Amino acid sequence: MILTVNDLNTARDNHLADVAMRVGCDKAVGKIRKHVLICGGTGCTSSGSTALRNALEKELAAKGIADEIKIVTTGCFGLCALGPIMIVYPEGTFYSMVKEENIAEIVESHLIGGEPVAALEYHERSGDHHAVSSLSEMTFYKKQQRVSLHNCGVIDPEDINEYIAREGYQALAKVLTSMTREEVVQCMLDSGLRGRGGAGFPTGMKWKFAMGSTGKKYVCCNADEGDPGAFMDRSVLEGDPHSVLEAMAIAGYAIGSDEGYIYVRAEYPIAIHRLEIAIRQAREAGLLGKNIFGTGFDFDISLRFGAGAFVCGEETALMTSIEGNRGEPRPRPPFPAVKGLFGKPTILNNVETYANIPQIILKGAQWFASMGTEKSKGTKVFALGGKITNTGLVEVPMGTTLREVIEEIGGGIPNGKKFKAAQTGGPSGGCIPAHLIDTPIDYDNLIAIGSMMGSGGLIVMDEDNCMVDIARFFLEFTVDESCGKCTPCRIGTRRLLEILDKIIAGNGELEDLDRLEELANYIKSASLCGLGQTAPNPVLSTLRYFRDEYIAHIVDKKCPAGVCKKLTRYSIVKDNCIGCGACARQCPVGAISRTDYIAPDKKLAAMAIDPAKCVKCGACMPTCKFKAIVKA
Amino acid sequence: MKKKPTTVQFTGTKEQEEKLLAVIRKYDGVKGKMMPILQEAQEIYGYLPIEVQRIIARETGVSLEEIYGIVSFYAQFKLNPDGKVAIAVCLGTACYVKGSGELVEAISDELKVAPGSTSADGKFSLEATRCIGACGLAPVLTVNGEVYGRLTKADIPGILAKYKD
Repeated sequence: MILTVNDLNTARDNHLADVAMRVGCDKAVGKIRKHVLICGGTGCTSSGSTALRNALEKELAAKGIADEIKIVTTGCFGLCALGPIMIVYPEGTFYSMVKEENIAEIVESHLIGGEPVAALEYHERSGDHHAVSSLSEMTFYKKQQRVSLHNCGVIDPEDINEYIAREGYQALAKVLTSMTREEVVQCMLDSGLRGRGGAGFPTGMKWKFAMGSTGKKYVCCNADEGDPGAFMDRSVLEGDPHSVLEAMAIAGYAIGSDEGYIYVRAEYPIAIHRLEIAIRQAREAGLLGKNIFGTGFDFDISLRFGAGAFVCGEETALMTSIEGNRGEPRPRPPFPAVKGLFGKPTILNNVETYANIPQIILKGAQWFASMGTEKSKGTKVFALGGKITNTGLVEVPMGTTLREVIEEIGGGIPNGKKFKAAQTGGPSGGCIPAHLIDTPIDYDNLIAIGSMMGSGGLIVMDEDNCMVDIARFFLEFTVDESCGKCTPCRIGTRRLLEILDKIIAGNGELEDLDRLEELANYIKSASLCGLGQTAPNPVLSTLRYFRDEYIAHIVDKKCPAGVCKKLTRYSIVKDNCIGCGACARQCPVGAISRTDYIAPDKKLAAMAIDPAKCVKCGACMPTCKFKAIVKA
Repeated sequence: MKKKPTTVQFTGTKEQEEKLLAVIRKYDGVKGKMMPILQEAQEIYGYLPIEVQRIIARETGVSLEEIYGIVSFYAQFKLNPDGKVAIAVCLGTACYVKGSGELVEAISDELKVAPGSTSADGKFSLEATRCIGACGLAPVLTVNGEVYGRLTKADIPGILAKYKD
């Protein structure tokens, strides 16, 4: 039990040695010579990291060195594209895409012989192709600054002592023993921290409003990450759950609340499992519950599971859902700080926002405010996905340009394709075209160019993506997720989708573009909550930057990227065709037949596709080794 | 995805009903109890057919209309049972831009099962899901929880063949 601040310090000092080897202090403890860290995030688990751990345990036991090597399952390292990832400390050797059959070699050569297995080490894909021996040398990590992710991939998230060894719960001790509630709120205001969930509202302001209310109050955490393609909140919960618990307790002290709820997606089983363990351990240690650190402050946290409704990311809808109803938003005012969960004053912050807070308390508001841009302080985590080499999670100071994130950290676009657009903010955001790639990313810049920060999804698209199709993809999502409470969103988004469907089917007219814009602006201004107010953004931003693609669909009846099926035509370039007939054998509807044309340097007559018979399945294309089949 | 009431016969047992009643008793007096009750009911039955919703309505005193309103609102709650082979294709943005839309089509064509439904014999179900978080492996699908990643349309017949008999 940790009853006093002294107990906490003793626990920290006792467990410092457990993590020292991983944070640059080359300290062997007892018989343990090395730590092997295996990523246990969702990405690496999907690519087999659990089997890897089992195989490693078996091999170590077989060789009789199980007591010399400590295996640690950690949260996400960020470089999900190369999973499963394994790191060996103290040397920091980074193994990527490890398979079970590699384990014997790693144990024999590296863990016993001391010689890292060069063939399995991570190689930078550009430059001189040398193996990189430690994380800090990798381009992927060099430009990053890890604040909210600082424990992810370092500690064992299922062991509270490792969190305590990394100064965990010191911030809670500091506010409870040496700061007034007003000082805590002032510290949040001075830090300039803004909500990381989407809208970017100043966290300190929220707390200040709630502090002013009286009676029973609630602290809520939004862990209902709904943006399709963003997974930073999940990674924090999987890799460093205690940081969120600690921050919620700090918030509880600041606003005067003794009860917190975490609303987490039921689709995140690993995150839920680790949160349950973390809450249990924190209670057992006395860091949640009654009379924390003997200061008379009580605080406890319960979990509630979201059931897959995007609108529940909106604060009032989330609270309605915790209350056990359909997650429909409520009109504001009254704001949650006055009348929130169960009708009581409530603050709601998102996971990533909370993960910053213990460090702001410990290192000071000035430290945090020294990072970032004038109006957007600190760092932001982005989930890089789509057509990018290094899919994964990156944390950079606000104001970093899109180019740095995509080309340097992200390693650029694979397969020599051209960058076309980056989509930020998910279904509420917009597409940023290539000519704006040097925009520094912060809240205000992104809004100025018609997108938004959102929760931090950053999806990269190349020349093979059709922007009309992408707008339609997001709109289909919002139509599906609109709760139906207000008319502009429920009916308006559906009408938008119908117009897009008409364009994609080749039946569009130029007037449709004006209709799209007019309707989009009505929906933006008249919807009840953030979902409807931002739903037209994907349409508006693609219309703004990729109008020519819409026009190609409408006037030329063509999809330039070759995505929209009804506008796509497959044909055979007759001078490239050697007449082997492989495509015709593959065609399920017999649409390909031989012509009587023989290309100058070929022996057999070329093939041709009958557009009247073709069902556009695309089965022929991969069979042609001579790139004679094209779609346009 | 639109939810359609199931055509599959309800085969709930006495034991399942007792478990459900225990769950409802456990949450007696808890604020906001309907969501956890429905979530645990779905764990017991695998889905939430109207018969199960009726039991919950009877025991909690909440009207069936209100319960159906909640069940049909959230994506997690199923009105249809999963097939013996449950296929879920991720339609998160990262997977979509890498072609997961084509995977859904290919599976639907091959199995003759529309997205969001279960085949008549109860064998296959096909679901287009939200982001499952394996963006590094995009595009991905899961079959009975097993993850297949970095797929193209051409991989589909091979994967399905493993589950056909």
